[in-house]
Amino acid sequence: MSKRDSDQHWLARRGTIRRLWQIFAVVLALTVAAQVAIPVKGYFGVDSLFAFGALFGFLSCVAMVLFAKALGILVKRDENYYDEDGGDV
Amino acid sequence: MFDWLSPALILVVGAILIALLRGAARTAIVFLAPLATLWAVWQVPDGVAATMAFLDYQIEPVEGSPLRRLFATIFAFMALVGGLYAFRQSKWYELAAAYTYAAGAVGVCFAGDLITLFIYWELMAIFSTIVVWCGGTPAARAAGIRYAIMHLLGGVILKVGIEGIVIHTGSIDIRPMLATDFDTWMIMIGILINAAAPPVSAWLSDAYPSASPTGSVFLSAFTTKTAVLALILLFPGEPVLIGVGLFMIMYGIIYALLENDARRILAYSIVNQVGFMVCAIGIGTQMALNGAAAHAFAHIIYKALLFMSAGVVVYRTGKTKCTDLGGLFRTMPVTTFCGIVGAIAISSFPLTSGFTTKSLISEAAINEGMMLVYLLLTAASAGVFLHAGIKFPWFVFFQKDSGLRPKDAPWNMAAAMWIFVALCFLIGMFPSYFYAYLPYPVDYVPYTAAKVVFYLQLLLFSGLAFFLMLPLMKRTLTISLDTDWLWRTALTRLLRVVVAGADAIATAARKAGRNGLAGLRRWVLRIVGSGRERATEGLFARSWPIGTTALWIAVLLSGYVLAYYL
Repeated sequence: MSKRDSDQHWLARRGTIRRLWQIFAVVLALTVAAQVAIPVKGYFGVDSLFAFGALFGFLSCVAMVLFAKALGILVKRDENYYDEDGGDV
Repeated sequence: MFDWLSPALILVVGAILIALLRGAARTAIVFLAPLATLWAVWQVPDGVAATMAFLDYQIEPVEGSPLRRLFATIFAFMALVGGLYAFRQSKWYELAAAYTYAAGAVGVCFAGDLITLFIYWELMAIFSTIVVWCGGTPAARAAGIRYAIMHLLGGVILKVGIEGIVIHTGSIDIRPMLATDFDTWMIMIGILINAAAPPVSAWLSDAYPSASPTGSVFLSAFTTKTAVLALILLFPGEPVLIGVGLFMIMYGIIYALLENDARRILAYSIVNQVGFMVCAIGIGTQMALNGAAAHAFAHIIYKALLFMSAGVVVYRTGKTKCTDLGGLFRTMPVTTFCGIVGAIAISSFPLTSGFTTKSLISEAAINEGMMLVYLLLTAASAGVFLHAGIKFPWFVFFQKDSGLRPKDAPWNMAAAMWIFVALCFLIGMFPSYFYAYLPYPVDYVPYTAAKVVFYLQLLLFSGLAFFLMLPLMKRTLTISLDTDWLWRTALTRLLRVVVAGADAIATAARKAGRNGLAGLRRWVLRIVGSGRERATEGLFARSWPIGTTALWIAVLLSGYVLAYYL
């Protein structure tokens, strides 16, 4: 960005973004900590582990992004691959 | 007296009036027709309301049940709010086509027999194609033709199945069945094509993003959800559907993650969401079917809301690629807010409609002891937040400053979005009022402290994963190949080879003719024509006067009549 930081919209300023990350980290910690007070009953054994939701959510997302990335190598093509504007059906 | 009149016909009349009228009168019809339809939907009693003789069959044009009314209600309501969203911006023919398309969807809801269902099914296919064409670009024209071919093909497959059922059982009733023989498989495949199931899911992400900003809002609602209703009515508890649904869920997430076009991200996400419903229908218990119906209802609302916010962006900027967009929150606060609400609702955050409806499906999997299905559904819930919940609003409204400073939504588009925002929260906050309209009694409490904590952990840590892996998600100017490559590219190439082969044969024949086999040469050329002389010589390549064609049709018809009487 060529603009000075203070000219940015307040939401795009570096300070705000840092503050948002801090808030996000606290909220994340709270959701896990809440499990101490509120027992999460599992249905199949494995899901009654502590912070299972957090771990499972995080890891499945990592797995999906990596899988998409790998598949992308195979299936990604230039956006004009089908060249529709030529009227080709 | 008018029991045999389906509420769908009100929308058909409305669509005709929209085409005929102008100005304020047309605007009035845009609102009155769906309102009258809503009223009529709630006048339909349970059970078969009317039967009619059609050819040799007793058809049942109107049959009511809580499930059918639920779907018809949301379809008619969608037409109403979609009409509000579109009436100032879209062309009259797009509105008329969209209303007829909605009429087809409402008609399917109340179809008491397979013949009626099929007629409304095809009505939807035809008029949704027109809505795609209203996109007006060469890409929309081409996508519309592919869309039409796919849906007409699906219709033929469905018809083959219906014919088989009629011949083998003598009954055209809509009743639960399982895919056990050829006929039932054909019906199920025909319906699944409309649900964007594999291997033909690509039609959806091909066609919907090519439509106009207003057209894609209508498209997002009807076709796939009537397929869901048809599956609930015809194939509850069909185990194949569990696998099909799970595949659709994962396919939608992965392809949406790869996608650069904002509206195509949402299109893939439809496949993903319909996958949840198809999977629930495969589980087939009362809880699961309630979940499928409830989720379809909620999904129509938040997905239309997402398409509306994307539509405003396209309408105001003319751009749809994530690489061109970003930073729009500065000048489009309303659209940004509404888009985010749609995004958290689809991600099933507590207090939104996604939470109170999708968790019914997970609960059904738990009750049946299906651990793998449950874990996959849960992982997919995280993935939905990833691809639709954050990726869509992030890349469109935040991300970088694209320098675009478009105006916010026009008042009617904003009003339509606010209505759906309100509904996303109402269904999320007061689920018991909504559950009362589901087809089976609901014995389920969505809000327990444990569930809320679990889902907050799941979703927020998915969010963390998104932002940590942001460098991996850098948007590229690419599309992703899908199975439609087979008919868009491979088939064309194959045809070229065949044509080249035919040309080679013709050339060989010409050579042979020079060598004295003049008779063969003339014969081959007369039939197929050669590459060079195609325009003038080939029997199949010449243009024919209309008169000749008419003559031949007359000859064929009289031949047919003769053969019939002999």
